[in-house]
Amino acid sequence: MDIVELARGVRAADKAAVSRALNLIENKRPDIERQMAQLLSELARGTAEDHGHRVGLTGPPGVGKSSLVAVLARELRSRGRTVGIVAVDPSSMRSGGALLGDRARMAFDPQDQGLFVRSLATQGALGGLAHATHAAVEVLAAAYDLVLVETVGVGQTEIAVTHVADSVVLVVQPGSGDVLQFLKAGVMEIPDLLVVNKADHGPTAARAASDLKSALSTLRQVGAGEGDQQVILTSARDQQGVDKLADAIDQHRQDLGADGIASRRREGHAAWSVDWLARRVGTLGIEALGGLETVTTQLEEAVHNGEPALAAAQSLADRVTLSV
Amino acid sequence: MSKEASKRDKPWIMRTYAGHSTAKASNELFRTNLAKGQTGLSVAFDLPTQTGYDSDHVLARGEVGKVGVPISHIGDMRTLFDQIPIEKMNTSMTINATAPWLLALYIAAAEEQGADTRKLAGTTQNDLMKEYLSRGTYIFPPAASLKLTTDVIAFTVKNVPSWNPMNVCSYHLQEAGATPAQELAYALLTAMTILDSVRAGGQLKQEDIGAVVERISFFVNAGIRFVDELCKMRAFVRLWDEITKERYGVMDAKQRRFRYGVQVNSLGLTEQQPENNIMRIVLEMLAVTLSKDARARAVQLPAWNEALGLPRPWDQQLSLRTQQILAFESDLLEHGDIFNGSVVIEARVNELIAEAKKEIDDINSRGGAVAAVEAGIIKQRLVESNATRLSNIENGSQTVIGLNAFKETAPSPLTENLDGAIMVVDPKVENAQIEALKKWRAGRDEAKVKAALDELRRSVKAGENVMPPSIAAAKAGVTTGEWASALRETLGEYRAPTGVASATLGSARTNPKSAEEVEKLRARLGQLENKLGRRPRLLVGKPGLDGHSNGAEQIALKARDVGFEVIYEGIRVTPEQIVASALEEGVNVIGLSILSGSHLELVPDVLKRLKEAGIGNVPVVLGGIIPDSDGKRLLEQGVARVYTPKDFELNTIMRDLADLAERAAS
Repeated sequence: MDIVELARGVRAADKAAVSRALNLIENKRPDIERQMAQLLSELARGTAEDHGHRVGLTGPPGVGKSSLVAVLARELRSRGRTVGIVAVDPSSMRSGGALLGDRARMAFDPQDQGLFVRSLATQGALGGLAHATHAAVEVLAAAYDLVLVETVGVGQTEIAVTHVADSVVLVVQPGSGDVLQFLKAGVMEIPDLLVVNKADHGPTAARAASDLKSALSTLRQVGAGEGDQQVILTSARDQQGVDKLADAIDQHRQDLGADGIASRRREGHAAWSVDWLARRVGTLGIEALGGLETVTTQLEEAVHNGEPALAAAQSLADRVTLSV
Repeated sequence: MSKEASKRDKPWIMRTYAGHSTAKASNELFRTNLAKGQTGLSVAFDLPTQTGYDSDHVLARGEVGKVGVPISHIGDMRTLFDQIPIEKMNTSMTINATAPWLLALYIAAAEEQGADTRKLAGTTQNDLMKEYLSRGTYIFPPAASLKLTTDVIAFTVKNVPSWNPMNVCSYHLQEAGATPAQELAYALLTAMTILDSVRAGGQLKQEDIGAVVERISFFVNAGIRFVDELCKMRAFVRLWDEITKERYGVMDAKQRRFRYGVQVNSLGLTEQQPENNIMRIVLEMLAVTLSKDARARAVQLPAWNEALGLPRPWDQQLSLRTQQILAFESDLLEHGDIFNGSVVIEARVNELIAEAKKEIDDINSRGGAVAAVEAGIIKQRLVESNATRLSNIENGSQTVIGLNAFKETAPSPLTENLDGAIMVVDPKVENAQIEALKKWRAGRDEAKVKAALDELRRSVKAGENVMPPSIAAAKAGVTTGEWASALRETLGEYRAPTGVASATLGSARTNPKSAEEVEKLRARLGQLENKLGRRPRLLVGKPGLDGHSNGAEQIALKARDVGFEVIYEGIRVTPEQIVASALEEGVNVIGLSILSGSHLELVPDVLKRLKEAGIGNVPVVLGGIIPDSDGKRLLEQGVARVYTPKDFELNTIMRDLADLAERAAS
């Protein structure tokens, strides 16, 4: 496979190329890993570090995330922006199989060249993100203006989402008291934006929004929170509030600024490269490399110096393989 | 007539489900059937008409005239009833989402014939609940559908008093896998939802509720376990009597009578030794006719060769004669209820009543039928019941003669020339219908059409009854697609949950033989994953308008269970959407399911577009009612496998899919 040619196709948002690139980065065979690193390096080459915008949408099952992602994508398309979507669904632990059903709720125009949806199954990965998510986001970000990452879950998963997204949007529905509890107890990272979906439920939605606002302000008072997170009411069903959400997402990107985005992404790349290395060489391998702390520092430095994350992790992995 | 014969009960109404190609061809078929002694008409509409699209809509491609007659405007309705006095007919229309519109066309056509529309008799199926759960021709969200159904009820009770405005269907629930208790429960829940909505809607006076109850009829299924089915019908009679009396306070016993029509089970009909189906159909007919106290008002029987393709007139005649022999030759109608006093029957009836009540209470405790449909709970239970049934047939714990037992057969003269043993719709029909439609549009008064559509939109938005503006629109020459599109704009469109995501194969897996097979397949998929470098991916697609999703659901569920990553987008997707999904999701193999007969148009279209998208190497398999010669043609065009109802072993299909994915990769 000609990787340079493939990367060119991806950058031109040629769907066949994007699809082939995603198949490649999903591939778990060790003999493919070089091509994968080469592709990611190729895609990173010559693009600004703060290029594009990556938005993670997370929240408990059943709050209508898929429908919201669909209307949000349509809103963004109507503003002339191209959109790539990664939809993550859980796999069965027992069979390894999965039903990737999010597409069913999206109903997009199949001819639209500015919109691309790829589903990923978690395949046993903890934290609500599939291992391939990070690389998939890299591929889609090279092809489209915005990348939306949709994940299921609440609690620990937000940290994982933070590692692939510049902006994290937590979606809840009216009457979801557990989210409030998680926030207050500090189990959950505070997201960049909060959305109460299903605003068509009327007064209960308004109440949920005001509960969230007061919880956030309490957290700020005790110094546990920072910033001034917006709480937005949306209804995917009635297509309400979606323009506000799109505005708020843009606003958050502006607030972060080029440096903010670059530093967030570096942090994410480093975390991913550590995670990748740990899976590749195992705990014994990490020990052989001097322990997790040493490895993490090395990779953080490498990424900070502009080295592609996967390539850096691979050269460490090679050392383990050689010593064996 | 002999003296004895005069004491006999009146026989039930005998129907055959008919309608195909064009209004003109269907009209000829109706007139022939009436001449043969058929006593009522049952109209089958094609899928574009059922789902509110004109024949020239992109989604109608390949579907025009396939499973029924296309009715695009009042001109078509006129032709359909040419030389048939509408006023004297009892016409049953299998129509749901577009029921208000087809009834409007019927009323307008009747008026043109000079009929007294108050005398019109017949039925509009108009039960959307089972569309969300199994049949798939819904258009609007549940609440909007409920309002439209309520409108038809309120309108007919006042203006067409002999009309059955809705037919609560449990038929399709059984086809989707429902057990007898589930069938009882979900049908009665549907009826209660409708009656509650009528009561709350304010279009009728409280004292009219008895008249509404009297006009609600049921459409049920009867399966091969005919003693159980007979008891189910007796349970229906009793539960309906109890519910209408206690919940709705209907005091007139005549109004509380459970009136029902039947189409006996098609699900259990086999493609192998299809002549055996005649016996199955007879037994199933007995279940709904033997009890005088719970006897069907109208019966239609499937044809023996339905699993092979569209039945011919001769096949339909055989179904009609079967009924006539029971009604006119046998002594059945001379006796009172022959089961009164039977201890065994009584005990089973009581058992079913108790089970059904439990299920009703359970659904009600989860917010009622509409909420359970929206959340996918009922659908999920049906998908699970069906998975259990299929698994039992596959592992042999449920016997099906000719399929998994007594498979040996002498060569059958009936299926010797298989292609002659079914009917084929002329592909030219679609183009002719489209041409005629264009001519119709060109010949109307556009200003009148626009005014009628504006008024329709306004009144629907205002929450008024949909019938008067629909009748006006029918007279103005509005088309089916225009009517539905006006309502789509105001009411929105809906996609129902597939029930697959949360369904489990728990009970279907308890059989040790099945469990062993599943483990083997999982190991196979694991090996394949190592070879491909990623989990094998299967796209299950249902192109076209056909909403019979049982097959697609079961394949999706099974594939996930053995370890595929499955993309299933539900019903009514276009070839363009299927190819876009296959490309974007990077799938290894594609399964298409088509039961409406439109495979020769849709499948080559998918193949062509896959090639254009640069993924022509992804193998495509097809499942459905695919006549042998069509299957051969499609294999020649590049389809990798064709599965028909005789391929009941899901494990074999899964192995094939894995092999195909592997071969495509190497």
